[in-house]
Amino acid sequence: MTKLTIVAHDGVNFDIDAEDGSTVMENAVRNSVPGIEAECGGACACATCHVYVDDAWAEKVGSPQVMEEDMLDFAYDVRPTSRLSCQIKVTPELDGLIVHVPERQA
Amino acid sequence: MASLIETDIVIIGAGPVGLFAVFELGLYDLECHLIDILDRSGGQCTELYPEKPIYDIPAWPKISGQELTEKLLEQIKPFSPGFHFNRMVTGLEKLDDGRFEVTTDEGEKFRAKVVVVAAGGGSFQPKRPPIPGIEAFEGKGVFYSVRRMEDFRDQDVLIVGGGDSALDWTLNLQPVAASVTLVHRRAEFRAADDSVNKMLALREAGAVRFEIGQITALRGEDGALQGATLKGPEGERDIPCSRMLPFFGLTMKLGPIADWGLNLHENLIAVDTEKFETSEPGIFAIGDINWYPGKLKLILSGFHEAALMAQAARKIVNPDKRVVFQYTTSSTSLQKKLGVK
Ligand SMILES: Cc1cc2nc3c(=O)[nH]c(=O)nc-3n(C[C@H](O)[C@H](O)[C@H](O)COP(=O)(O)OP(=O)(O)OC[C@H]3O[C@@H](n4cnc5c(N)ncnc54)[C@H](O)[C@@H]3O)c2cc1C
Ligand code: FES
Repeated sequence: MTKLTIVAHDGVNFDIDAEDGSTVMENAVRNSVPGIEAECGGACACATCHVYVDDAWAEKVGSPQVMEEDMLDFAYDVRPTSRLSCQIKVTPELDGLIVHVPERQA
Repeated sequence: MASLIETDIVIIGAGPVGLFAVFELGLYDLECHLIDILDRSGGQCTELYPEKPIYDIPAWPKISGQELTEKLLEQIKPFSPGFHFNRMVTGLEKLDDGRFEVTTDEGEKFRAKVVVVAAGGGSFQPKRPPIPGIEAFEGKGVFYSVRRMEDFRDQDVLIVGGGDSALDWTLNLQPVAASVTLVHRRAEFRAADDSVNKMLALREAGAVRFEIGQITALRGEDGALQGATLKGPEGERDIPCSRMLPFFGLTMKLGPIADWGLNLHENLIAVDTEKFETSEPGIFAIGDINWYPGKLKLILSGFHEAALMAQAARKIVNPDKRVVFQYTTSSTSLQKKLGVK
Protein backbone atom coordinates (compact mmCIF):
# COMPACT_ATOMS: atom_id res chain seq x y z
CA MET A 1 0.00 0.00 0.00
CA THR A 2 1.16 3.48 -0.85
CA LYS A 3 -0.06 6.70 0.74
CA LEU A 4 -1.75 9.07 -1.66
CA THR A 5 -3.37 12.43 -0.94
CA ILE A 6 -5.83 13.94 -3.38
CA VAL A 7 -6.75 17.55 -2.59
CA ALA A 8 -10.20 18.44 -3.87
CA HIS A 9 -10.75 21.89 -5.33
CA ASP A 10 -12.51 23.06 -2.16
CA GLY A 11 -9.37 22.16 -0.18
CA VAL A 12 -10.64 18.93 1.38
CA ASN A 13 -7.90 16.29 1.63
CA PHE A 14 -8.59 12.68 0.69
CA ASP A 15 -5.92 10.50 2.32
CA ILE A 16 -5.94 7.16 0.59
CA ASP A 17 -4.08 3.86 1.01
CA ALA A 18 -3.59 3.08 -2.65
CA GLU A 19 -2.79 -0.31 -4.09
CA ASP A 20 0.46 -0.42 -6.05
CA GLY A 21 -0.23 -0.71 -9.76
CA SER A 22 -3.58 1.07 -9.52
CA THR A 23 -3.97 4.50 -11.11
CA VAL A 24 -4.50 7.75 -9.25
CA MET A 25 -7.79 8.15 -11.17
CA GLU A 26 -9.08 4.75 -9.95
CA ASN A 27 -8.35 5.75 -6.37
CA ALA A 28 -10.10 9.09 -6.83
CA VAL A 29 -13.21 7.43 -8.27
CA ARG A 30 -13.30 4.69 -5.59
CA ASN A 31 -13.15 7.35 -2.89
CA SER A 32 -15.69 9.63 -4.62
CA VAL A 33 -13.30 12.58 -4.86
CA PRO A 34 -15.39 15.41 -6.35
CA GLY A 35 -14.18 16.85 -9.65
CA ILE A 36 -12.63 13.70 -11.13
CA GLU A 37 -15.13 12.65 -13.78
CA ALA A 38 -13.10 10.05 -15.73
CA GLU A 39 -15.73 9.69 -18.43
CA CYS A 40 -13.72 7.26 -20.56
CA GLY A 41 -12.83 5.01 -17.67
CA GLY A 42 -9.09 5.45 -17.93
CA ALA A 43 -8.48 5.02 -21.64
CA CYS A 44 -6.72 8.39 -21.98
CA ALA A 45 -9.51 9.47 -24.28
CA CYS A 46 -11.49 12.13 -22.41
CA ALA A 47 -9.23 14.44 -20.33
CA THR A 48 -11.80 14.60 -17.52
CA CYS A 49 -9.44 13.13 -14.92
CA HIS A 50 -7.04 16.11 -15.06
CA VAL A 51 -4.99 16.89 -11.92
CA TYR A 52 -2.07 19.09 -10.93
CA VAL A 53 0.76 17.14 -9.40
CA ASP A 54 2.04 18.92 -6.27
CA ASP A 55 5.19 20.89 -7.10
CA ALA A 56 7.23 18.80 -4.66
CA TRP A 57 6.31 15.64 -6.57
CA ALA A 58 6.26 16.85 -10.15
CA GLU A 59 9.74 15.65 -11.02
CA LYS A 60 9.32 12.21 -9.46
CA VAL A 61 5.99 11.59 -11.20
CA GLY A 62 7.46 12.65 -14.52
CA SER A 63 5.99 14.18 -17.63
CA PRO A 64 3.18 12.87 -19.83
CA GLN A 65 3.64 10.54 -22.81
CA VAL A 66 2.76 11.85 -26.27
CA MET A 67 -0.81 10.51 -26.26
CA GLU A 68 -1.51 11.99 -22.84
CA GLU A 69 0.04 15.33 -23.84
CA ASP A 70 -2.28 15.41 -26.89
CA MET A 71 -5.29 14.68 -24.69
CA LEU A 72 -4.29 17.46 -22.27
CA ASP A 73 -5.03 19.91 -25.10
CA PHE A 74 -8.69 19.35 -24.25
CA ALA A 75 -8.32 20.03 -20.53
CA TYR A 76 -9.08 23.32 -18.80
CA ASP A 77 -6.36 25.57 -17.35
CA VAL A 78 -3.45 23.29 -18.14
CA ARG A 79 -0.27 24.05 -16.16
CA PRO A 80 3.29 22.72 -16.25
CA THR A 81 2.43 20.10 -13.59
CA SER A 82 -0.78 18.98 -15.28
CA ARG A 83 -1.31 15.22 -15.72
CA LEU A 84 -4.21 12.94 -16.51
CA SER A 85 -4.65 10.94 -13.32
CA CYS A 86 -5.56 7.75 -15.18
CA GLN A 87 -2.04 7.75 -16.57
CA ILE A 88 -0.27 7.97 -13.19
CA LYS A 89 0.41 4.53 -11.74
CA VAL A 90 0.87 4.24 -7.99
CA THR A 91 4.27 2.73 -7.08
CA PRO A 92 6.16 2.48 -3.77
CA GLU A 93 8.48 5.28 -4.98
CA LEU A 94 5.47 7.62 -4.97
CA ASP A 95 4.65 7.01 -1.28
CA GLY A 96 3.17 10.26 0.06
CA LEU A 97 2.22 11.62 -3.39
CA ILE A 98 -0.01 14.71 -3.40
CA VAL A 99 -2.16 15.78 -6.37
CA HIS A 100 -4.64 18.66 -6.66
CA VAL A 101 -8.00 18.63 -8.43
CA PRO A 102 -8.49 21.62 -10.78
CA GLU A 103 -11.40 24.03 -10.59
CA ARG A 104 -13.21 22.12 -13.31
CA GLN A 105 -12.80 19.46 -15.94
CA ALA A 106 -13.29 20.49 -19.58
CA MET B 1 -30.99 18.97 -52.15
CA ALA B 2 -34.51 17.70 -51.50
CA SER B 3 -34.06 14.01 -52.29
CA LEU B 4 -36.24 11.08 -51.25
CA ILE B 5 -34.92 7.56 -50.66
CA GLU B 6 -37.32 4.68 -50.11
CA THR B 7 -35.90 1.57 -48.49
CA ASP B 8 -36.68 -1.26 -46.06
CA ILE B 9 -34.71 -0.04 -43.09
CA VAL B 10 -33.11 3.25 -42.04
CA ILE B 11 -30.36 2.94 -39.42
CA ILE B 12 -29.52 6.10 -37.48
CA GLY B 13 -25.85 5.88 -36.51
CA ALA B 14 -23.00 4.03 -38.25
CA GLY B 15 -21.15 2.95 -35.09
CA PRO B 16 -20.17 -0.71 -34.62
CA VAL B 17 -23.70 -1.69 -33.64
CA GLY B 18 -25.40 0.06 -36.58
CA LEU B 19 -22.90 -1.61 -38.92
CA PHE B 20 -23.50 -5.10 -37.54
CA ALA B 21 -27.27 -4.56 -37.81
CA VAL B 22 -26.77 -4.34 -41.59
CA PHE B 23 -25.39 -7.89 -41.50
CA GLU B 24 -28.21 -9.37 -39.45
CA LEU B 25 -30.87 -7.60 -41.52
CA GLY B 26 -29.07 -8.43 -44.77
CA LEU B 27 -29.39 -12.14 -44.08
CA TYR B 28 -33.14 -11.58 -44.50
CA ASP B 29 -32.72 -9.59 -47.72
CA LEU B 30 -33.55 -6.30 -46.05
CA GLU B 31 -32.05 -3.22 -47.67
CA CYS B 32 -30.47 -0.74 -45.25
CA HIS B 33 -29.43 2.92 -45.38
CA LEU B 34 -27.16 4.27 -42.63
CA ILE B 35 -26.99 7.95 -41.65
CA ASP B 36 -24.27 9.46 -39.46
CA ILE B 37 -23.21 12.97 -38.50
CA LEU B 38 -19.54 11.96 -38.70
CA ASP B 39 -17.68 11.75 -42.01
CA ARG B 40 -17.05 7.98 -41.69
CA SER B 41 -18.30 4.90 -39.93
CA GLY B 42 -17.19 3.38 -36.63
CA GLY B 43 -18.78 5.74 -34.10
CA GLN B 44 -16.88 5.90 -30.81
CA CYS B 45 -14.42 3.22 -31.98
CA THR B 46 -12.96 5.35 -34.78
CA GLU B 47 -13.66 8.80 -33.32
CA LEU B 48 -12.51 8.29 -29.73
CA TYR B 49 -10.08 5.35 -29.70
CA PRO B 50 -9.02 4.17 -33.18
CA GLU B 51 -5.57 3.02 -32.01
CA LYS B 52 -6.56 1.52 -28.68
CA PRO B 53 -6.97 -2.21 -28.25
CA ILE B 54 -10.31 -3.75 -27.25
CA TYR B 55 -9.95 -7.05 -25.40
CA ASP B 56 -13.53 -8.27 -25.05
CA ILE B 57 -14.70 -8.92 -28.60
CA PRO B 58 -15.40 -12.66 -28.77
CA ALA B 59 -12.70 -14.58 -30.69
CA TRP B 60 -10.57 -11.45 -31.07
CA PRO B 61 -8.15 -11.49 -28.12
CA LYS B 62 -7.07 -8.00 -29.15
CA ILE B 63 -8.39 -5.67 -31.83
CA SER B 64 -8.20 -1.88 -32.20
CA GLY B 65 -11.24 0.35 -32.69
CA GLN B 66 -10.11 1.04 -36.25
CA GLU B 67 -9.55 -2.64 -37.10
CA LEU B 68 -12.90 -3.65 -35.65
CA THR B 69 -14.61 -1.09 -37.86
CA GLU B 70 -12.73 -2.26 -40.95
CA LYS B 71 -13.66 -5.89 -40.23
CA LEU B 72 -17.32 -4.96 -39.81
CA LEU B 73 -17.28 -3.06 -43.10
CA GLU B 74 -15.78 -6.11 -44.80
CA GLN B 75 -18.43 -8.34 -43.23
CA ILE B 76 -21.38 -6.22 -44.43
CA LYS B 77 -19.96 -5.47 -47.89
CA PRO B 78 -22.08 -8.16 -49.63
CA PHE B 79 -25.22 -6.30 -48.61
CA SER B 80 -24.08 -2.94 -50.09
CA PRO B 81 -25.82 -0.67 -47.61
CA GLY B 82 -26.29 3.01 -48.45
CA PHE B 83 -24.00 5.31 -46.45
CA HIS B 84 -24.98 8.93 -45.81
CA PHE B 85 -22.31 10.78 -43.84
CA ASN B 86 -22.00 14.35 -42.58
CA ARG B 87 -25.70 14.67 -41.85
CA MET B 88 -27.63 14.66 -38.64
CA VAL B 89 -31.02 13.03 -38.43
CA THR B 90 -33.29 15.74 -37.14
CA GLY B 91 -36.82 14.41 -37.68
CA LEU B 92 -38.59 11.08 -37.32
CA GLU B 93 -42.30 10.90 -38.06
CA LYS B 94 -44.90 8.27 -38.74
CA LEU B 95 -46.69 8.51 -42.10
CA ASP B 96 -50.34 7.63 -42.78
CA ASP B 97 -49.31 4.49 -44.71
CA GLY B 98 -47.62 3.10 -41.59
CA ARG B 99 -44.08 3.82 -42.74
CA PHE B 100 -41.67 6.25 -41.10
CA GLU B 101 -40.13 9.37 -42.57
CA VAL B 102 -36.63 10.30 -41.47
CA THR B 103 -35.34 13.82 -42.23
CA THR B 104 -31.77 15.11 -42.10
CA ASP B 105 -30.37 18.59 -41.55
CA GLU B 106 -29.35 18.53 -45.24
CA GLY B 107 -33.03 18.33 -46.16
CA GLU B 108 -33.05 14.74 -47.44
CA LYS B 109 -35.94 12.44 -46.67
CA PHE B 110 -35.90 8.68 -46.20
CA ARG B 111 -38.99 6.48 -46.03
CA ALA B 112 -38.88 3.01 -44.48
CA LYS B 113 -41.06 0.46 -42.73
CA VAL B 114 -38.56 0.10 -39.92
CA VAL B 115 -36.21 2.56 -38.25
CA VAL B 116 -33.30 1.35 -36.14
CA VAL B 117 -31.83 3.93 -33.76
CA ALA B 118 -28.18 2.95 -33.21
CA ALA B 119 -27.16 6.41 -32.09
CA GLY B 120 -24.75 5.38 -29.30
CA GLY B 121 -24.02 8.20 -26.88
CA GLY B 122 -25.79 10.59 -29.24
CA SER B 123 -24.48 12.69 -32.07
CA PHE B 124 -20.92 13.93 -31.97
CA GLN B 125 -20.85 17.68 -31.57
CA PRO B 126 -18.03 20.19 -31.04
CA LYS B 127 -16.94 20.64 -27.44
CA ARG B 128 -17.56 24.06 -25.93
CA PRO B 129 -14.37 25.29 -24.30
CA PRO B 130 -14.83 26.23 -20.63
CA ILE B 131 -14.57 30.00 -21.12
CA PRO B 132 -17.03 31.97 -18.96
CA GLY B 133 -19.83 33.61 -20.93
CA ILE B 134 -18.89 32.03 -24.29
CA GLU B 135 -22.54 31.09 -24.95
CA ALA B 136 -23.45 34.74 -25.49
CA PHE B 137 -21.06 34.96 -28.46
CA GLU B 138 -22.00 31.70 -30.18
CA GLY B 139 -23.36 32.14 -33.69
CA LYS B 140 -22.25 35.80 -33.86
CA GLY B 141 -18.58 35.93 -32.91
CA VAL B 142 -17.81 32.35 -31.89
CA PHE B 143 -18.24 29.48 -34.36
CA TYR B 144 -17.43 25.78 -34.02
CA SER B 145 -17.21 25.11 -37.73
CA VAL B 146 -16.90 27.11 -40.93
CA ARG B 147 -20.10 26.79 -42.89
CA ARG B 148 -19.46 29.82 -45.11
CA MET B 149 -16.00 31.33 -45.65
CA GLU B 150 -17.72 34.67 -46.35
CA ASP B 151 -18.58 35.00 -42.65
CA PHE B 152 -14.86 35.36 -42.03
CA ARG B 153 -13.93 37.74 -44.85
CA ASP B 154 -12.03 40.83 -43.62
CA GLN B 155 -12.43 39.69 -40.01
CA ASP B 156 -9.78 39.36 -37.33
CA VAL B 157 -9.94 35.63 -36.73
CA LEU B 158 -8.72 33.83 -33.62
CA ILE B 159 -8.34 30.06 -34.02
CA VAL B 160 -7.80 27.95 -30.91
CA GLY B 161 -6.52 24.37 -30.88
CA GLY B 162 -3.70 22.16 -32.08
CA GLY B 163 -5.38 19.51 -34.24
CA ASP B 164 -6.03 19.20 -37.95
CA SER B 165 -9.15 21.39 -37.92
CA ALA B 166 -7.32 24.27 -36.24
CA LEU B 167 -4.37 24.05 -38.65
CA ASP B 168 -6.50 23.55 -41.78
CA TRP B 169 -8.67 26.56 -41.04
CA THR B 170 -5.66 28.71 -40.22
CA LEU B 171 -4.37 27.94 -43.72
CA ASN B 172 -7.74 28.24 -45.47
CA LEU B 173 -8.89 31.47 -43.86
CA GLN B 174 -5.56 33.26 -44.07
CA PRO B 175 -6.19 34.54 -47.65
CA VAL B 176 -9.69 35.89 -46.88
CA ALA B 177 -9.45 37.15 -43.29
CA ALA B 178 -8.03 40.52 -42.28
CA SER B 179 -5.79 38.66 -39.82
CA VAL B 180 -5.47 35.14 -38.43
CA THR B 181 -4.07 34.32 -35.01
CA LEU B 182 -3.62 30.68 -33.99
CA VAL B 183 -3.50 29.94 -30.26
CA HIS B 184 -2.40 26.59 -28.87
CA ARG B 185 -1.19 25.73 -25.39
CA ARG B 186 2.12 24.33 -26.61
CA ALA B 187 4.41 24.33 -29.64
CA GLU B 188 3.61 20.72 -30.65
CA PHE B 189 0.58 19.88 -32.76
CA ARG B 190 -1.66 16.88 -33.31
CA ALA B 191 -1.90 17.64 -37.02
CA ALA B 192 -0.42 16.60 -40.34
CA ASP B 193 3.23 17.70 -40.59
CA ASP B 194 2.53 19.30 -43.94
CA SER B 195 -0.09 21.68 -42.48
CA VAL B 196 2.14 22.53 -39.53
CA ASN B 197 5.02 23.37 -41.87
CA LYS B 198 2.79 25.53 -44.05
CA MET B 199 1.51 27.39 -41.00
CA LEU B 200 5.06 27.97 -39.74
CA ALA B 201 6.08 29.27 -43.17
CA LEU B 202 3.15 31.71 -43.18
CA ARG B 203 4.12 32.81 -39.71
CA GLU B 204 7.70 33.35 -40.85
CA ALA B 205 6.36 35.51 -43.68
CA GLY B 206 4.26 37.50 -41.20
CA ALA B 207 0.97 36.34 -42.74
CA VAL B 208 -0.38 34.60 -39.63
CA ARG B 209 0.39 34.89 -35.93
CA PHE B 210 0.94 31.95 -33.63
CA GLU B 211 0.70 32.34 -29.84
CA ILE B 212 1.29 29.82 -27.09
CA GLY B 213 -1.25 29.94 -24.31
CA GLN B 214 -4.88 29.41 -23.36
CA ILE B 215 -7.89 31.69 -23.83
CA THR B 216 -9.45 32.49 -20.47
CA ALA B 217 -11.98 35.25 -21.20
CA LEU B 218 -13.82 36.99 -24.04
CA ARG B 219 -14.89 40.60 -24.39
CA GLY B 220 -17.51 42.24 -26.55
CA GLU B 221 -21.07 43.50 -26.57
CA ASP B 222 -24.37 41.85 -27.54
CA GLY B 223 -22.63 38.82 -28.96
CA ALA B 224 -20.29 40.91 -31.10
CA LEU B 225 -16.78 39.74 -30.26
CA GLN B 226 -14.04 42.34 -29.75
CA GLY B 227 -11.22 40.51 -28.07
CA ALA B 228 -9.99 37.57 -26.03
CA THR B 229 -7.67 37.23 -23.06
CA LEU B 230 -4.65 35.06 -23.72
CA LYS B 231 -2.96 33.52 -20.71
CA GLY B 232 0.53 32.62 -21.87
CA PRO B 233 3.93 31.93 -20.38
CA GLU B 234 4.47 35.68 -19.94
CA GLY B 235 1.17 36.42 -18.26
CA GLU B 236 -2.14 37.69 -19.57
CA ARG B 237 -2.82 39.98 -22.48
CA ASP B 238 -5.64 40.98 -24.80
CA ILE B 239 -5.88 39.82 -28.40
CA PRO B 240 -8.32 41.91 -30.45
CA CYS B 241 -10.53 39.71 -32.66
CA SER B 242 -14.00 39.69 -34.19
CA ARG B 243 -14.30 35.94 -34.84
CA MET B 244 -13.20 32.97 -32.79
CA LEU B 245 -13.06 29.33 -33.90
CA PRO B 246 -12.38 26.98 -30.97
CA PHE B 247 -11.46 23.39 -31.93
CA PHE B 248 -11.57 21.35 -28.74
CA GLY B 249 -12.64 18.00 -30.10
CA LEU B 250 -16.05 16.40 -30.06
CA THR B 251 -18.43 15.35 -27.36
CA MET B 252 -21.62 13.28 -27.62
CA LYS B 253 -25.01 14.93 -27.12
CA LEU B 254 -28.37 13.20 -27.30
CA GLY B 255 -29.54 15.86 -29.76
CA PRO B 256 -32.84 15.66 -31.63
CA ILE B 257 -33.57 12.08 -30.46
CA ALA B 258 -35.21 13.55 -27.36
CA ASP B 259 -37.90 15.15 -29.54
CA TRP B 260 -39.17 12.04 -31.31
CA GLY B 261 -41.78 11.11 -28.71
CA LEU B 262 -40.05 7.87 -27.68
CA ASN B 263 -40.13 6.82 -24.03
CA LEU B 264 -36.81 7.70 -22.42
CA HIS B 265 -35.04 6.47 -19.32
CA GLU B 266 -32.44 9.01 -18.15
CA ASN B 267 -31.72 10.19 -21.71
CA LEU B 268 -31.62 6.65 -23.11
CA ILE B 269 -34.34 5.00 -25.17
CA ALA B 270 -36.30 2.41 -23.20
CA VAL B 271 -36.71 -0.92 -25.05
CA ASP B 272 -37.94 -4.45 -24.37
CA THR B 273 -35.40 -7.29 -24.27
CA GLU B 274 -37.14 -9.59 -26.72
CA LYS B 275 -37.03 -7.35 -29.79
CA PHE B 276 -35.32 -4.17 -28.58
CA GLU B 277 -38.30 -2.22 -29.80
CA THR B 278 -39.08 1.27 -28.45
CA SER B 279 -42.44 2.56 -27.24
CA GLU B 280 -43.26 3.13 -30.95
CA PRO B 281 -43.79 -0.20 -32.79
CA GLY B 282 -41.50 -0.36 -35.82
CA ILE B 283 -38.81 1.80 -34.22
CA PHE B 284 -36.01 -0.18 -32.60
CA ALA B 285 -33.08 1.03 -30.49
CA ILE B 286 -29.85 -0.97 -30.17
CA GLY B 287 -26.35 -0.38 -28.77
CA ASP B 288 -25.33 2.31 -26.30
CA ILE B 289 -28.45 4.42 -26.91
CA ASN B 290 -30.91 1.97 -25.38
CA TRP B 291 -31.81 1.04 -21.83
CA TYR B 292 -33.34 -2.02 -20.21
CA PRO B 293 -32.79 -3.60 -16.80
CA GLY B 294 -29.27 -5.02 -16.73
CA LYS B 295 -28.05 -3.10 -19.81
CA LEU B 296 -24.28 -3.09 -20.35
CA LYS B 297 -22.75 -0.55 -22.72
CA LEU B 298 -20.60 -3.06 -24.53
CA ILE B 299 -20.12 -3.69 -28.24
CA LEU B 300 -20.87 -7.35 -27.56
CA SER B 301 -24.30 -6.51 -26.11
CA GLY B 302 -25.08 -4.29 -29.08
CA PHE B 303 -24.34 -7.15 -31.49
CA HIS B 304 -26.73 -9.45 -29.64
CA GLU B 305 -29.42 -6.77 -29.68
CA ALA B 306 -28.95 -6.37 -33.44
CA ALA B 307 -29.55 -10.09 -34.02
CA LEU B 308 -32.82 -10.18 -32.07
CA MET B 309 -34.00 -6.88 -33.51
CA ALA B 310 -33.53 -8.29 -37.03
CA GLN B 311 -35.98 -11.12 -36.32
CA ALA B 312 -38.70 -8.66 -35.37
CA ALA B 313 -37.84 -6.21 -38.16
CA ARG B 314 -38.11 -8.82 -40.93
CA LYS B 315 -41.63 -9.72 -39.79
CA ILE B 316 -42.66 -6.08 -40.08
CA VAL B 317 -41.13 -5.59 -43.53
CA ASN B 318 -42.26 -8.97 -44.97
CA PRO B 319 -45.15 -10.13 -42.79
CA ASP B 320 -46.21 -12.95 -45.11
CA LYS B 321 -42.81 -14.44 -45.84
CA ARG B 322 -42.12 -17.72 -44.04
CA VAL B 323 -38.53 -17.88 -42.86
CA VAL B 324 -36.81 -20.77 -41.15
CA PHE B 325 -33.91 -20.16 -38.84
CA GLN B 326 -30.59 -21.07 -40.50
CA TYR B 327 -26.88 -21.08 -39.68
CA THR B 328 -24.44 -19.23 -41.92
CA THR B 329 -22.15 -22.29 -41.66
CA SER B 330 -24.52 -24.69 -43.36
CA SER B 331 -27.18 -22.73 -45.26
CA THR B 332 -26.45 -22.53 -48.98
CA SER B 333 -28.97 -19.72 -49.42
CA LEU B 334 -27.33 -17.57 -46.72
CA GLN B 335 -23.91 -18.31 -48.22
CA LYS B 336 -25.12 -17.17 -51.61
CA LYS B 337 -26.17 -13.83 -50.09
CA LEU B 338 -22.75 -13.51 -48.50
CA GLY B 339 -21.13 -14.17 -51.86
CA VAL B 340 -19.17 -17.17 -50.59
CA LYS B 341 -20.96 -19.81 -52.68
C1 LIG C 1 -12.34 5.04 -24.64
C2 LIG C 1 -13.41 3.99 -24.79
C3 LIG C 1 -13.07 2.65 -24.65
C4 LIG C 1 -14.04 1.65 -24.84
N1 LIG C 1 -13.67 0.32 -24.71
C5 LIG C 1 -14.59 -0.66 -24.92
C6 LIG C 1 -14.24 -2.04 -24.81
O1 LIG C 1 -13.09 -2.39 -24.49
N2 LIG C 1 -15.21 -2.98 -25.06
C7 LIG C 1 -16.49 -2.65 -25.40
O2 LIG C 1 -17.30 -3.53 -25.63
N3 LIG C 1 -16.86 -1.34 -25.48
C8 LIG C 1 -15.94 -0.35 -25.24
N4 LIG C 1 -16.32 0.98 -25.31
C9 LIG C 1 -17.73 1.27 -25.59
C10 LIG C 1 -18.05 1.08 -27.07
O3 LIG C 1 -17.23 1.93 -27.87
C11 LIG C 1 -19.52 1.40 -27.31
O4 LIG C 1 -20.29 0.46 -26.59
C12 LIG C 1 -19.87 1.31 -28.79
O5 LIG C 1 -19.16 2.25 -29.56
C13 LIG C 1 -21.37 1.52 -28.97
O6 LIG C 1 -21.65 1.40 -30.33
P1 LIG C 1 -22.93 2.09 -30.97
O7 LIG C 1 -22.88 1.70 -32.40
O8 LIG C 1 -24.12 1.75 -30.15
O9 LIG C 1 -22.72 3.64 -30.76
P2 LIG C 1 -21.56 4.69 -31.17
O10 LIG C 1 -20.27 4.02 -31.36
O11 LIG C 1 -21.66 5.76 -30.15
O12 LIG C 1 -22.04 5.24 -32.58
C14 LIG C 1 -23.23 5.99 -32.70
C15 LIG C 1 -23.17 6.84 -33.93
O13 LIG C 1 -24.44 7.45 -34.14
C16 LIG C 1 -24.26 8.76 -34.61
N5 LIG C 1 -25.46 9.56 -34.30
C17 LIG C 1 -26.07 9.72 -33.11
N6 LIG C 1 -27.16 10.50 -33.22
C18 LIG C 1 -27.25 10.86 -34.53
C19 LIG C 1 -28.16 11.66 -35.29
N7 LIG C 1 -29.22 12.26 -34.73
N8 LIG C 1 -27.92 11.80 -36.63
C20 LIG C 1 -26.84 11.21 -37.22
N9 LIG C 1 -25.97 10.43 -36.55
C21 LIG C 1 -26.17 10.25 -35.23
C22 LIG C 1 -23.03 9.24 -33.87
O14 LIG C 1 -22.41 10.31 -34.58
C23 LIG C 1 -22.16 7.97 -33.84
O15 LIG C 1 -21.26 7.89 -34.92
C24 LIG C 1 -15.38 1.99 -25.13
C25 LIG C 1 -15.71 3.34 -25.27
C26 LIG C 1 -14.76 4.34 -25.10
C27 LIG C 1 -15.14 5.77 -25.26
S1 FES D 1 -10.21 8.92 -17.47
FE1 FES D 1 -10.44 9.68 -19.47
S2 FES D 1 -8.50 10.48 -19.87
FE2 FES D 1 -8.29 9.73 -17.88
